[in-house]
Amino acid sequence: MTYKTDLPVMMPVAPRQPEPFLRLSLWHAVPIAALTIIAASLAFAAADDTRLSPLAVLANWIPLLLQGFVFNLAISVSAMALGTVVGAMLGLGQISPIRLMSSSSWFVTQFFRNAPWLVLLFFAMFLLPFEVSIFGLKIPFPDWFKAILGLSLPVMANVSEIVRGAVRSLPSGQWEAAESLAYTRGQTLWLVILPQCVKRMLPPWMNLYSILTMATVLASIVGVSEVMTLTGRALSAEGGRPELLAPFYGFVLLLFFAYCYPIARFTVHLEKKFAVIT
Amino acid sequence: MSWTPSDPMVSIRDVHKSFGALKVLNGVSLDVMKGDVICIIGPSGSGKSTLIRCVNALNDIQQGSILVEGQEVNDPNLDKLELRKKVGMVFQQYNLFPHKTALQNVMMAPVRVLKQDKAKAEGTARALLKKVRLEGKEDAFPGELSGGQQQRVAIARSLAMQPDVILFDEVTAALDPETVGEVLQTIKDLAEDGMTCILVTHEMGFAREVADHIYFTDRGVIVEHGPPKTFFDNAQDPRTKEFLSQIL
Repeated sequence: MTYKTDLPVMMPVAPRQPEPFLRLSLWHAVPIAALTIIAASLAFAAADDTRLSPLAVLANWIPLLLQGFVFNLAISVSAMALGTVVGAMLGLGQISPIRLMSSSSWFVTQFFRNAPWLVLLFFAMFLLPFEVSIFGLKIPFPDWFKAILGLSLPVMANVSEIVRGAVRSLPSGQWEAAESLAYTRGQTLWLVILPQCVKRMLPPWMNLYSILTMATVLASIVGVSEVMTLTGRALSAEGGRPELLAPFYGFVLLLFFAYCYPIARFTVHLEKKFAVIT
Repeated sequence: MSWTPSDPMVSIRDVHKSFGALKVLNGVSLDVMKGDVICIIGPSGSGKSTLIRCVNALNDIQQGSILVEGQEVNDPNLDKLELRKKVGMVFQQYNLFPHKTALQNVMMAPVRVLKQDKAKAEGTARALLKKVRLEGKEDAFPGELSGGQQQRVAIARSLAMQPDVILFDEVTAALDPETVGEVLQTIKDLAEDGMTCILVTHEMGFAREVADHIYFTDRGVIVEHGPPKTFFDNAQDPRTKEFLSQIL
């Protein structure tokens, strides 16, 4: 005898279609390109003059804008590296059995995690001297260096939480097994706990990196010559033509999208992969 | 006063332990001689697991004394590492290290903790895996092994430290019924080799077969104890009788 039911749990399992890695097709590019061109030409037609078309102007500036974008990436990579190293130490501090250590690491983490990135950047910009002298040796602190320091602060706090969360997410049995085999705390951490945490930390860490990359444009506010600053300068060099705004800023948007979107997709890919293995 | 092998290997005296307001152990005493196999049985929440976790200082106790080869466990200056080299432990959830192969799981502690030569430790580890009948699974990761196989790796991992006594905390409770037998057989082999074992178990048939002595705990005290035959066939206390009637 068979029962008829439409309970979802009784339905045959639908095979899941594997997704293409980028989930993007050429079709997605059409509306974006169309929008840019229409906006540009509408504005151009309205302006009714004989100067170069907006896209031609943009083409002239692209090499410089790309240079600026590479500078953004350099800032993001450096701030990420610095923030990760310091943040990892802070995260380990948070799980330290020494109370003073854990509570102070916790406080520093919470303080910087709950601060606006722009405010931290301003602090780094205007509170750090333009140079320091150590033993008579003058080390200059250029703006870009201060921007890296400023942006690495929130990264540090977030990495600290990622480390703490990953360590806490492991079953306590792993600690107990290692302890009952007479491992010291350090050995337990380095040989048993942290190697298992790396996989868990990778997706949120990459997520953080993409957020940081997008936040590097904040440095334009404090005068670092990154892509947004250069775009602004290019626009004013072209006499502030309003029809240039859409193609120029649209180009910058596309640059960030082209860089960050694959990272986001790769993160999803890793999350799926690690979800199966654990 | 120093410990000699004719003294109890583990001597538990009037141990009290509570988690907050919850009293888990209410004055437990028992002795385990070298080569003894003792089984602790009792209803859930009666403090069995807590008791053996106190023996290797995974849990601390509030009152009383636990001597392991004459070394006081209830001592703030206790060298936990030294204690744990003598006392092995096998868990209900196996707790193998999932990022290491079976062989690495077994040889890691001897190399890192006992500073054994790597080649020597590997030889011992392979022999131990063979002893627990897992030859050919050396390079398998825990996730690729069945529950019973993982638990046998965990037993080999504990043996590799050459402990004087091994604690088994409900080691078959999480296993599929068809793999319980292989793990119990492994423990039985150990018992026959003269390994001192303290087991918390729900496997009554097994307890009857391998134990030298059975302890029945309820609400944090030992209600009754004795050799298996007397215990199972001639229980005196009404609580023991009730428990046995429910379970047998």
